[in-house]
Amino acid sequence: MAELVLDKRSRPKAGKTWPKPEGATNLREYQVYRYDPDTQENPRIDTYFVDLDDCGPMILDGLLWIKNNIDPTLTLRRSCREGICGSCAMNIDGANTLACTKGMDEVSKGAVKVYPLPHMPVVKDLVPDLSTFYEQHKSVQPWLQTKSPTPDTEWLQSREDRAKLDGLYECILCACCSTSCPSYWWNGEKYLGPAVLLQAYRWLIDSRDEATSERLDDLEDPFKLYRCHTIMNCAKVCPKGLNPAKAIAEIKKMMIERKVA
Amino acid sequence: MASAYQIIDHAYDVVVVGAGGAGLRATLGMAEQGFKTACVTKVFPTRSHTVAAQGGIAASLSNMGPDSWQWHMYDTVKGSDWLGDNDAMEYLAREAPQAVYELEHYGVPFSRTEEGKIYQRPFGGHMQNYGDGPPVQRTCAAADRTGHAILHTLYGQSLRHNAEFFVEYFALDLLMSDDGKCEGIIAWKLDDGTIHRFRAKMVVLATGGYGRAYFSATSAHTCTGDGNGMVARAGLPLQDMEFVQFHPTGIYGSGCLITEGARGEGGYLVNSEGERFMERYAPNAKDLASRDVVSRCMTMEIREGRGVGAKGDHIFLHLDHLDPAVLHERLPGISESAKIFAGVDLTRDPIPVIPTVHYNMGGIPTNYFGEALDPSRGGPDATVPGLMAVGEAGCASVHGANRLGSNSLIDLVVFGRAAAIRAGEIIDRTAPVPEVNAASEDKIMSRFDRLRNANGAIPTAKLRDKMQNAMQDDAAVFRTQETLENGCKRVSEIWGELGDVKVFDRSLIWNSDLVETLELENLMANAITTVYSAEARKESRGAHAREDFVDRDDTNWRKHTLSWVNDAGEVTLDYRPVHVDPLSDGIDLAKIAPKARVY
Ligand SMILES: Cc1cc2nc3c(=O)[nH]c(=O)nc-3n(C[C@H](O)[C@H](O)[C@H](O)COP(=O)(O)OP(=O)(O)OC[C@H]3O[C@@H](n4cnc5c(N)ncnc54)[C@H](O)[C@@H]3O)c2cc1C
Ligand code: SF4
Ligand code: SF4
Ligand code: FES
Repeated sequence: MAELVLDKRSRPKAGKTWPKPEGATNLREYQVYRYDPDTQENPRIDTYFVDLDDCGPMILDGLLWIKNNIDPTLTLRRSCREGICGSCAMNIDGANTLACTKGMDEVSKGAVKVYPLPHMPVVKDLVPDLSTFYEQHKSVQPWLQTKSPTPDTEWLQSREDRAKLDGLYECILCACCSTSCPSYWWNGEKYLGPAVLLQAYRWLIDSRDEATSERLDDLEDPFKLYRCHTIMNCAKVCPKGLNPAKAIAEIKKMMIERKVA
Repeated sequence: MASAYQIIDHAYDVVVVGAGGAGLRATLGMAEQGFKTACVTKVFPTRSHTVAAQGGIAASLSNMGPDSWQWHMYDTVKGSDWLGDNDAMEYLAREAPQAVYELEHYGVPFSRTEEGKIYQRPFGGHMQNYGDGPPVQRTCAAADRTGHAILHTLYGQSLRHNAEFFVEYFALDLLMSDDGKCEGIIAWKLDDGTIHRFRAKMVVLATGGYGRAYFSATSAHTCTGDGNGMVARAGLPLQDMEFVQFHPTGIYGSGCLITEGARGEGGYLVNSEGERFMERYAPNAKDLASRDVVSRCMTMEIREGRGVGAKGDHIFLHLDHLDPAVLHERLPGISESAKIFAGVDLTRDPIPVIPTVHYNMGGIPTNYFGEALDPSRGGPDATVPGLMAVGEAGCASVHGANRLGSNSLIDLVVFGRAAAIRAGEIIDRTAPVPEVNAASEDKIMSRFDRLRNANGAIPTAKLRDKMQNAMQDDAAVFRTQETLENGCKRVSEIWGELGDVKVFDRSLIWNSDLVETLELENLMANAITTVYSAEARKESRGAHAREDFVDRDDTNWRKHTLSWVNDAGEVTLDYRPVHVDPLSDGIDLAKIAPKARVY
């Protein structure tokens, strides 16, 4: 995929090269984006060397090894370390992904380059501010809406209808897709972006939900939905193998179908 | 001291700390009752550890065969090795079906049966006919991503209510009055470094477990027992801390979980001789015996030289005989994890697994309404005004000495809801929100300031490593007087070294070095009470397996351990009785009376 370029204003300069761990022979170089909100100086790229003989195989293992052994000030989000919480999304070797499920061996030879998710305000180092992303998610009302009287037991749903949610409900809101979408970069305030539209479709297609037409009304807007130009970056980067572009196409189809009907 | 920091003041009826399954369900319930509610969480809600739960949530819906709340209660009692409180366990089993329907109505994408009902799978220790078997299909599942499905749904629901979320705020400590009432919390906002005081009529701790006190755990990095640490620092007791569950199937090396649902769907364990050894130890339940039992059997196989791999130090889990279509539909998440973390295609090869720390049965003692207890306030069931605890942080106790798989998720939602109902009864809506006690606030801010400027000789990561290794070595699957005494000594020494910790990052903005140091102090309060409680308990029960006291001793030890730790790291122990009376006469008392626990 295309190299993702950071906003020019935040193009970082060379930073500190930290000493190699003593006695280690099996080293991997890491080049990591650093931004210090207290000084507000231009961001810089620090260089570290990770002792692979003392470290797990994933990019996250390397970053935590640096934090635990060389530089405790290195700042990132992480929690589950198994690709389910969506905390550790970052730009690694030019592509957005999860640090905890990306193997160091999957990254091209030479230094491992680690940046925050692109085109998001950076709070510190690898921690972006995702508040706009979360607000957009909230705006599609991501909860089940029904009108029929609620049954005493479960709403019935056939296995076929349930299968329609596969490939949608698994989203972990990591924002890898949205922050790799050029349309979202340039219209991020108004265009909802792939992650949020995938969520919107997850509720549109749920056979139990009875607010389909209100949900479509809400998306019928020149910006919220129609800025997707099928560039497909989103589907290429999604670490859970989901396809937001396809979900967006399905929403557009629903829009057309209801006009015809 | 406090004056050095600008403190931003908030007043609420209720402050919930934690936005996992328990915290979100409690928050929803509080907001629904019209309470002005704040939910404070150190991670964005959907990043809470509940998201990692895989296998499912237990409730006797009978969608796939006969079941009843009485059978569910019996299994929970037996699973707890008769240490759980019968009133709380009855409440759990009775309320479970309604709680699952409620989740479904909220929108949880459960897997479905042919008739379109919620799909249920077999899970360890869940049986028909009061334990006689065969296994019951009770565990409601959304493929093997049930926790994710539930947490995202609860988060969505909470957006439609007007609860206020304070995300990436790290709660430091409880504000306490001089006479021991809880009056709020102090929290640190990570993204701008400000300090916030949340005064409240009720604080609900839903901060999860402390798996990270050990070197190898299925739990997330954020599972650091913060609420338990806050309670300990407030001079309140923790309960049953010696009971730490090892899950039989953590992936060898990474510790990531392979759900028990894998065995529920037909997977089985083999040793180096290719033997399905669980048939020998548990002829009835086999691979679906309770977790403590399976973990011990695996450890015995390894010790007796029948482990697999180059070092003979793990066991194989086979799923390769199952229909790939079934794996794809019901276990897609672990298919992915096995590939990423063990390099295994589970349609063809077995997964290398090892018992791994997974769940903390112990925590903040509560009654079955979620109210925190402090026996020093007048009797074993005396409550702490203004404080509740739910979820893995709490100890009601429904899991006793060993939790059954899929009984935690149901615990989160049943007791999250129960706490809200109780709050509706006991909070005085017209009373003012408590004013702050300056002494309490000062103590909290002094600790924060001390750690923020900590300039000793030992980096946090080094000290954490020491603690994790001590716990892993000396408070393991099997325990003896010798290992436990050694563990007490090691952990006490590490406590002494906390004063010499060094924090490198001096910022107030997203200072994750300081966060980890605060978490380390919390973990240490958990670790030290765990190992001292374990040393004192001279019997084997559930997850606490002593090689020098191999039997359960109901005469002397059918009681809950209470543990206090003071600033100097001195641990005091006491005990309180198990609640043996259930809530109603809906279950035959003879059925739930203690007996030998065989699977
Ligand atoms: C891998 C795995 C799989 C599991 N699978 C199952 C299963 O299939 N079925 C089942 O029943 N159980 C399962 N469990 C157990 C179950 O998932 C947990 O016990 C449960 O999710 C705990 O939920 P909780 O709401 O108590 O806490 P958590 O989900 O851990 O949430 C804790 C919350 O507290 C907040 N918090 C903590 N400290 C602070 C602080 N200092 N300041 C502010 N906020 C704070 C966090 O931000 C978070 O929101 C599994 C556990 C693991 C490890
Ligand atoms: S396909 Fe649409 S949503 Fe996806 S990256 Fe391209 S423009 Fe963005
Ligand atoms: S669709 Fe994929 S990349 Fe986008 S937020 Fe969801 S999980 Fe992340
Ligand atoms: S740490 Fe949870 S997704 Fe990487």
